[in-house]
Amino acid sequence: MKIYVPMDSAAKALGADEVAAKLTQEIAARGLKAEIVRNGTRGMIWLEPLVEIEKDGERLAYGPIAEDDVAALLEGQIDTLGKVEDIPFFARQTRLTFERCGVIDPLSLADYEAHGGLEGLKRAIGMSQDAIIDEVKTSGLRGRGGAGFPTGIKWDTVRLAKAPQKYIVCNADEGDSGTFADRMIMEGDPFTLIEGMAIAGLGCGATKGYVYTRSEYPDAVSVMRQAIEIARAAGVLGTNVLGCGRAFDMEVRVGAGAYVCGEETSLLNSLEGKRGVVRAKPPLPALEGFLGRPTVVNNVISLATVPVIFAKGAEHYANFGLGRSKGTMPIQIAGNVKFGGLFETAFGMPLGTLVNEIAGGTASGRPVKAVQVGGPLGAYLHTDQFDTPFGYEEFDGQKALIGHAGIVVFDDTADMLAMARFAMEFCAVESCGKCTPCRIGAVRGVETLDRIKEGDASAIPLLEDLCEVMTDGSLCALGGFTPFPVLSALRHFPEEFAPNTAQKEAAE
Amino acid sequence: MTPASSPYDDGTIAEIISSHAHLEGPLLPMLHALQESFGVIPEAAHAPLCKALTITRAELKGVISFYHDFREKPAGKHVLKICRAEACQSMGGTALAERLLEKLGLDWHGTTPDGKLTVEPVYCLGLCACAPAAMLDEKLIARADEARVEKALAAKKTGGSA
Repeated sequence: MKIYVPMDSAAKALGADEVAAKLTQEIAARGLKAEIVRNGTRGMIWLEPLVEIEKDGERLAYGPIAEDDVAALLEGQIDTLGKVEDIPFFARQTRLTFERCGVIDPLSLADYEAHGGLEGLKRAIGMSQDAIIDEVKTSGLRGRGGAGFPTGIKWDTVRLAKAPQKYIVCNADEGDSGTFADRMIMEGDPFTLIEGMAIAGLGCGATKGYVYTRSEYPDAVSVMRQAIEIARAAGVLGTNVLGCGRAFDMEVRVGAGAYVCGEETSLLNSLEGKRGVVRAKPPLPALEGFLGRPTVVNNVISLATVPVIFAKGAEHYANFGLGRSKGTMPIQIAGNVKFGGLFETAFGMPLGTLVNEIAGGTASGRPVKAVQVGGPLGAYLHTDQFDTPFGYEEFDGQKALIGHAGIVVFDDTADMLAMARFAMEFCAVESCGKCTPCRIGAVRGVETLDRIKEGDASAIPLLEDLCEVMTDGSLCALGGFTPFPVLSALRHFPEEFAPNTAQKEAAE
Repeated sequence: MTPASSPYDDGTIAEIISSHAHLEGPLLPMLHALQESFGVIPEAAHAPLCKALTITRAELKGVISFYHDFREKPAGKHVLKICRAEACQSMGGTALAERLLEKLGLDWHGTTPDGKLTVEPVYCLGLCACAPAAMLDEKLIARADEARVEKALAAKKTGGSA
């Protein structure tokens, strides 16, 4: 008998470690023959800690399991949820990038290989650099960090650059509220990121990689570091990748609590040991990146998707999706929802379906008021926009963005003026200070929103003007995109910015 | 998270610097290691860091002050981080933070008079599907409410420096 208890941070934050400890104790007390496996999460966070028991070739799920449920669980007194694959939230997904996450022991390379791991890298080893880049181009993979830039074109730029040393840098600085896909895959299937980076290294002629992640993610840091050690010992990383004669090695670097370091040039400065200020582009990091050398900077999910593209073929991947948004996207359903978690699906599902059907509406049971998509720099969408299909261009058409695909649902108690103010406040706290529209604009934005709250209607055009300056004049997305949440709140919920309402609320 | 007591040992500082010197871009790893050992970036480490990396004191100060994580003054024995980001706000995180701060008699970044606890804001712990979230030292708390946070705080009091 095998008993799976997730070691994902979210499961642990809901008591998974206590459940595992109690299981160990009860198994010993009963003299049972059972092995406890600490897996990643299956992504259904409302069911965590989700325990799975594998017996007689069948793997059944139980959850959420509390420490006090353990004895009853072992005695068969708790009803099963059935197989994870049959739970509707899971059954509706298309799991490509997250296929193994939650299924395997994240630190067992044998388990990884038994579930199709390393097939992509082995195939890439037999291909020329040209063919590797073409495969990525054909897959239609676009940057999953938010910008949506075609990954293959970025890789090609680095491949064609001439330099004694090139780098693959994985942007794992997942600071957007409502997102946790990077954390989940680093904790639940770290070898897939390692494999993706190794393929990128072979394709671009880069021999060194860095994963730059957050100090707020201590578990992910620890799992990634252990996985890299294991991969190195097994010859997946090192001077002779799987015996192919070419080298690729990597290490994990930890940020220090600066949101702006998720911006690629700021990240590179931080990696070099400098203040995490944004660099002007050009030069592109692909030509002058880490230490001035050609560097691929890709999001975790972009790189973690590369192995499945190589294992199953670019066409297979490109067959999913909608228009120019090809493949699947791990959508992270968060905030005030009944069923929160990770939902990987082909692009194209309407936002309303995600919120009302998949997420099951709000946890509070109150009506949905707004949905912020794409983190703190993403727009607030109104329920009137719920038929928008989930895709890069489709959201762009709604003056919104999908970003890293986190969706945060708010019920009707949300104060949209306060949310707009928070967006400006956050920008002021996290601004790197390099460009004036962001550094000064965010502070003025907070002040202007305070004037609106006090009933000064003349401040509304001023706010719009300020947002225009920030959009057009900022160096990076922090200052440039903060107007998305601010203006969308103003546009879709104007009554909350009107003098009467705002004043009445201020007086209360 | 039990920082060694002052004074800051020059030998340890030198060892931390030399053990990271071979890295590309070694400053952040050095600063993290220093803070791990001492609980702060000690002033005594400034000169040796500048010398090892051939940077000016202004550059070093610039880096230390840029990042929220690095401390020049020690924090309380335990650090409670409460998430202020949007997903946690959608589940009542703002009100929770206000109530906890009021109960503890602290403002953000404040430390209790007995030096036992510092409270800091954090912007996202990646627990957005089980919000609101908090972190006490390295222990994560999901679906945080006053009772759960107070229970965790009480466990620290009775359990010592776990």
